[in-house]
Amino acid sequence: MTEKEPPEPTSGESPDDPQRRDFIKQAASVCVGGAVGAVPIAAGVAVYLDPLDKEATGSQRVKVTSLDGLPDDGRPRKFSIYADKKDAWTTFPKSPVGAVYIMRTGEKALKVLNVVCPHAGCFVDYIARDDEFFCPCHDSSFKKDGNIKSAHSPSPRPLDELKYEIDESGAVWVEFMNFLAGQKEKVPV
Amino acid sequence: MKKLFDWLDDRTGYRKITKEALYEPIPGGARWRYIWGSTLTFAIAVQFITGMFLWMAYSPSAQTAWESVYYIQHEMKGGWILRGIHHWTAQAMTILLVLHLMQVLIDGAYKAPRELNFWTGLILLQLVLGLSLTGYLLPWDQKGYWATKVATNLMGLVPWVGDDLQRLVVGGSDYGHHTLTRFFALHAGVLPMGIIALIGAHIYFFRKQGIHTKKPHKKKDGMFWPDQVLMDAVACLAVLITVLVFVRMFHGAHLSAPANPAESFPARPDWYFLFLFQFLKYFEGGREILGAIIIPGAVMTFMFVMPFLGGWKLGHRFNVFFIVVLLVGAGYLTWEAMDADKRNPEYQAALVQSDKDSHRVVELARGLGIPPEGAVTLLVNDPKTQGPKLFAQNCASCHRYDGHDGLGNEPADPQSAPDLLGVGSREWLTRFLNPEHIGTTNFFGNTAFKNGQMVKWVNRKLKNHFKNESEMTDDELDDREELNQVIFAISAEAQLHYQAEVDAADFPDADDRKDLIFDSACIDCHNYEDEYEPGETDGPDLTGYGSRQWLTELISNPANPKHYGENNDRMPAFGEKQMLTEPQIGVLVSWLRQEWYEPGR
Ligand code: HEM
Ligand code: FES
Repeated sequence: MTEKEPPEPTSGESPDDPQRRDFIKQAASVCVGGAVGAVPIAAGVAVYLDPLDKEATGSQRVKVTSLDGLPDDGRPRKFSIYADKKDAWTTFPKSPVGAVYIMRTGEKALKVLNVVCPHAGCFVDYIARDDEFFCPCHDSSFKKDGNIKSAHSPSPRPLDELKYEIDESGAVWVEFMNFLAGQKEKVPV
Repeated sequence: MKKLFDWLDDRTGYRKITKEALYEPIPGGARWRYIWGSTLTFAIAVQFITGMFLWMAYSPSAQTAWESVYYIQHEMKGGWILRGIHHWTAQAMTILLVLHLMQVLIDGAYKAPRELNFWTGLILLQLVLGLSLTGYLLPWDQKGYWATKVATNLMGLVPWVGDDLQRLVVGGSDYGHHTLTRFFALHAGVLPMGIIALIGAHIYFFRKQGIHTKKPHKKKDGMFWPDQVLMDAVACLAVLITVLVFVRMFHGAHLSAPANPAESFPARPDWYFLFLFQFLKYFEGGREILGAIIIPGAVMTFMFVMPFLGGWKLGHRFNVFFIVVLLVGAGYLTWEAMDADKRNPEYQAALVQSDKDSHRVVELARGLGIPPEGAVTLLVNDPKTQGPKLFAQNCASCHRYDGHDGLGNEPADPQSAPDLLGVGSREWLTRFLNPEHIGTTNFFGNTAFKNGQMVKWVNRKLKNHFKNESEMTDDELDDREELNQVIFAISAEAQLHYQAEVDAADFPDADDRKDLIFDSACIDCHNYEDEYEPGETDGPDLTGYGSRQWLTELISNPANPKHYGENNDRMPAFGEKQMLTEPQIGVLVSWLRQEWYEPGR
């Protein structure tokens, strides 16, 4: 632009009349402005959503106790589970990951239950007096085989049973895993 | 719908505010030269957004900072892009700041009545530099750790309160958890808050005085919306694209090896602080305070005074001249610093080494997992990278490894002890027993054993074994085969992983293999499996020759009766004299035996 125009007095016009503005320019500003803002937000949201992409922890085979360590009368005993744990970037060797109840149901037969209540994840207690598992959070009660005892229990499913194995030396190995709380089905986490 | 907006307007008055914000007149029309402030605001917004999301994955502590950044960079989907945008926008911002400052000075926009505008801008400049400085440490990698350490050590130069200041900034007498928590609180809390407050003031003052336009006006007067907004948006797009190109090129941002206080790294600040770093070199010890504090402080103070000089024509010229000289000077110093580094072979070697370490530690973190003590232990315990360093420092003044010092460099001292590449392997022993090799510098050539019994015996007894096969008689070929069997049998004592297959194939029966050694001429002088009383023989014990234990004992004390006893040449007792720790000897031994984690092995 080389021709010189006298500067127009701005006050005489009505600058607040948007109709006179070039619509294409406005649309372009909004698009370009929106795009440059969207990129960093999108990058951030993508990273924020990363946990949805990670696989379930799965199960770990853990040696918990030996047959000799379990009472003959079928009373449940509680055991802490120590296993290798990966928490985001850190790998923790042999650290606490949960707990189980183990009880005898026969000479070489056991029942292994995860202590976590399937309702909302509290730990259930074994109440010897009533010979049941009772959840102190919202009063779910379970029979010793893990099935729901009282119809008032809010838990959507029985206690989660875990697989186990007894090796030649009599050691008890448990396939330890956790399941989503609040669901009717057992969904591994 | 209209009703809703009317209600909203009635309660908030938003229409008037947006109108005022958007319909700001620009005498002379929109121009590209006014874009810099907007691109900076955009860059800051990008930093706030990406920083906030990084924050959700970052963990400021000495054991987790590097680790969490590693996780962002290498394990989280799209993490490298997020981190890359934050890193490269920070770099772009420095350039935009300089351009903005230049435009303001050259156009005279800093003069009365815009002093406050200019001053808030100068403070913003320092706050942004503060963010860059604090951000550089957050990944807690070698690069950021050592560069920041130098910067905080320079704080000690401040008269009277230097030591206390340093201790407060560092959060203790040495770098650690509190250095990171403090730097992070500054980086993500205090400084951003200051920036928000000052940007508010900066833009308020700017609107109060109206835009300062550059004369002559060549176009009709325009409006901020949409003319200037469109230009600004396009400029921001250009900045963003440039940033994304760098993000792509560098796959995010570089992350060097985890900070290791025991292993120095040639400290260099990021490029935009290099000029200060170089400037310091001009001041001898005791006077660095001039270069680090007094002169930069004086320059800043002068810049605050600029608006007063600017009212006066010559003063304005001087201001512009001053800033040009400052930039040219800074540019020259930056070039000088880079050029010096380019020609410094030690610095270049350190860079190559650091690059290797940063690749290796990622390999280890992926393959072995990061222990709770942090990723630095992965490298410290890694034979593949630490072995060569330990060898270069402790062994290479006499020994060689494949002809070099372990790291690929030529040591200053001439070779005077064996080359240890593949020590204990079949190839190594075969060369050792070859009359053409045993007397060379690669074996006993420059040692006290040069004319010892072993060399004499090899020269006397084995001279026909290594002739060209076509020149050998049938008997000689048989002898050679017999020797090979003995060599292989002894080499199997080392239990080298890379020979495990051939060892197992050649010697299915351990006793047969041992008998081969018992029946060999070696046992005339060497002990094996307690054939002799300790000390009864001169040569080293062949039991477990080249194995972990054998090498560990040799390095701990070569003069023990099982090895060289009284005949030991110059080799120091690294273990017993505590020249190396037990784990260090372990790392060296693993490295010599080529035992280390390799992905897919
Ligand atoms: C003008 C504003 C800012 C600048 C110039 C800036 C600069 C930097 C720099 C240079 C780094 C090192 C990046 C690297 O090379 O790894 C960094 C890291 C970081 N910044 Fe900022 N930053 C700004 C604002 C923010 C804000 C507002 C937040 C949080 C609310 C933030 C959070 C982080 C985090 C968590 C890191 C560590 C992650 C990493 O290093 O990748 N930043 N920043
Ligand atoms: S968590 Fe057990 S009943 Fe709710």
